[in-house]
Amino acid sequence: MLKDQDRIFTNLYGMHDRSLKGAQSRGHWNGTAGFIKEGRDWVVEQVKGSGLRGRGGAGFPTGLKWSFMPKESDGRPSYLVVNADESEPGTCKDREIMRHDPHTLVEGCLIAGFGMGANAGYIYIRGEFIREREALQIAIDECYDAGLLGKNAAKSGWDFDLYLVHGAGAYICGEETALLESLEGRKGMPRMKPPFPAGVGLYGCPTTVNNVESIAVVPTILRRGSDWFASFGRPNNTGTKLFGISGHVINPCVVEEAMSIPLRELLDKHCGGVRGGWKNLKAVIPGGSSVPLLPADVCNDAIMDFDWLREQTSGLGTAAVIVMDQSTDVIKAIWRLSKFYKHESCGQCTPCREGTGWMMRVMDRLVTGEAELEEIDMLLDVTKQVEGHTICALGDAAAWPIQGLVRHFRNEIEDRIKHQKTGRVSAVAAE
Amino acid sequence: MLRRLHADQPESFAFTAANLAWAKGQITKYPEGRQASAVIPLLWRAQEQEGWVSQPAIEYVANLLGMAEIRVLEVASFYFMFQLKPVGAIAHVQICGTTSCMICGAEDLIGVCQEVIAQNAHEISPDGNFSWEEVECLGACANAPMAQIGKDYYEDLTTDGFREILAAFARGEVPKPGPQNGRFSCEPLGGVTTLKDFTGEEFNGSVGIAVALGDTVKRIQGDEVPVLKRSKSKTKPKKSQSAKGKAKPSDADKPALLSGPRDAGADDLKKIDGVGPKLEKELNAAGVFHFDQIASWNKSEVAWADQNLVSFKGRVSRDSWVDQAKKLAKG
Repeated sequence: MLKDQDRIFTNLYGMHDRSLKGAQSRGHWNGTAGFIKEGRDWVVEQVKGSGLRGRGGAGFPTGLKWSFMPKESDGRPSYLVVNADESEPGTCKDREIMRHDPHTLVEGCLIAGFGMGANAGYIYIRGEFIREREALQIAIDECYDAGLLGKNAAKSGWDFDLYLVHGAGAYICGEETALLESLEGRKGMPRMKPPFPAGVGLYGCPTTVNNVESIAVVPTILRRGSDWFASFGRPNNTGTKLFGISGHVINPCVVEEAMSIPLRELLDKHCGGVRGGWKNLKAVIPGGSSVPLLPADVCNDAIMDFDWLREQTSGLGTAAVIVMDQSTDVIKAIWRLSKFYKHESCGQCTPCREGTGWMMRVMDRLVTGEAELEEIDMLLDVTKQVEGHTICALGDAAAWPIQGLVRHFRNEIEDRIKHQKTGRVSAVAAE
Repeated sequence: MLRRLHADQPESFAFTAANLAWAKGQITKYPEGRQASAVIPLLWRAQEQEGWVSQPAIEYVANLLGMAEIRVLEVASFYFMFQLKPVGAIAHVQICGTTSCMICGAEDLIGVCQEVIAQNAHEISPDGNFSWEEVECLGACANAPMAQIGKDYYEDLTTDGFREILAAFARGEVPKPGPQNGRFSCEPLGGVTTLKDFTGEEFNGSVGIAVALGDTVKRIQGDEVPVLKRSKSKTKPKKSQSAKGKAKPSDADKPALLSGPRDAGADDLKKIDGVGPKLEKELNAAGVFHFDQIASWNKSEVAWADQNLVSFKGRVSRDSWVDQAKKLAKG
């Protein structure tokens, strides 16, 4: 298990002093100017060397992303945008950073801003996080008052302004280009790529959008060295990670652990195990609503990192673990996600706008069992037509959970349909 | 999802002076010519002031930002947090219904809403005080099931606990938000498994702010103790400006206060409708212990009390404490 001294978010639960002074006493904001004096390339190299992959779901190498930003300005300013629109069902990690350990994020913004040549940063926080916004704003104000932001931030010679802005309840604004649209005061509808934000982003200027956690871990990586960070987890899946565990465990919680921790160890050590014991486990959604679920037999030796979960045609996503025990109606659980995606589709691309509704209506029938057996394949066919045919990944995200459900729980769906037709339960379900 | 403007629209809308100053400060966060970026914060403030976003409010914001009205309408109807029809006078209750909360019992909470508030989402309760809706994931999944009431998260709910919270709101109290099962924030219920060395704060980050605010469900006029917002030009309205703008009752209106209860002991101020344990404590701290004290206040003293005595501004006159106290003082 990860030791406390190797944890980056030392005030994750907010029990310790949350003010700037408290953060400084835990080592934050220590030597920040020194890192900036090392130069921009050094910062990017350190982040690259640590193997940090984006914590927002896609797992794109953060250092590499920064290096796409123009080295010399063509007259346009560069912007850092932090994606704090945490709304992926199951995900509740960034909230804890922003309300309890905000100085990790603010310091990270300064360093990341420097690393990509940006003098201004915007943090886009979801609208529902009202108290979290206020807590983060207090932290930003403290930093301005202490000279850690603004002109010659932290006496580093780099000017950096940080603004906190908020959305108003649209999941799609967590997609980076939709976020930029929203930030410009429009409906949050994703843009076509290319051009990528690093070329044409916020206000038409070079922009990099990073997840809160990706930014917040950077200062500690620089302080303790990229080798230290890279020493956790398997190769290509390095570092520590915040896991948010919800659902049917004894003690749901958010906890920082090393990458590549076995799922069972994560649940047993921190959550008191699955409700009713490990054998009572039915399925786990390992990375937020967008990734396909894992049935219990795969969970036995599941490893929580990007590559292992990808091999199981699932994904680490945001590391939001939703645990479902045997009492769960897993079809209904996935139906609820279909409803979510139908609700949150922005309506721009036809396959997604129509397809999410279509999928939800078929799922409606699968939940009650009032369907025909061939509708299962029909549903799969629809998911394939939505997947990959939309501007952003919301269409894919809506398709994957259903594909995962059919892949692993087809029997259960069929049983329910048969049961509805004949009034009898088949031998498989009765055992 | 298609959302339309409400059929009955008010005549007009305008920000209060303090809110207008706040709004102008927001615009300075963005580069020259990009003031449209402030549309979401401004619409949100309009909703904080009125409870919902009306057509005049949309037109007003469009005017303020130099945007076409249709662009602002587009934004208001796209983002689900903007209520396009009136909501309950005390609070709008939002139950998170997405999978993590659903498998932990969110459907039962919705059942409570249907029973206590109204059968359908967005319907206002018969007494006009509450409305509810099921919303998508609110991002507090480790604390499921949960609800956002007003602006605050009430987490780790049970149906009985939730019922009690709604009842408390109906009584005019503001129950403490955050986890309702004794947890501090999102640590494991049985006690932390990590970061064991760190303790010290009384409340978690969200609850601390809510408790300091006191009345978290009131309409925002802009002159509350604001969370400082910083701008490039540093021309933001200072706290004192907005406060000075209003004719504030002066200390000359201060009613007589006691340093401690009389010998017979303090009255149970909670008997006054709208006073809960928290308010009673505040009143006692300010030097109010007896019904006859409150009963004797004249108009300007009430105004002073409205402003200064308790963190719940306006409560004294709104709930007509003086009349209530007169009756209670008679016994």
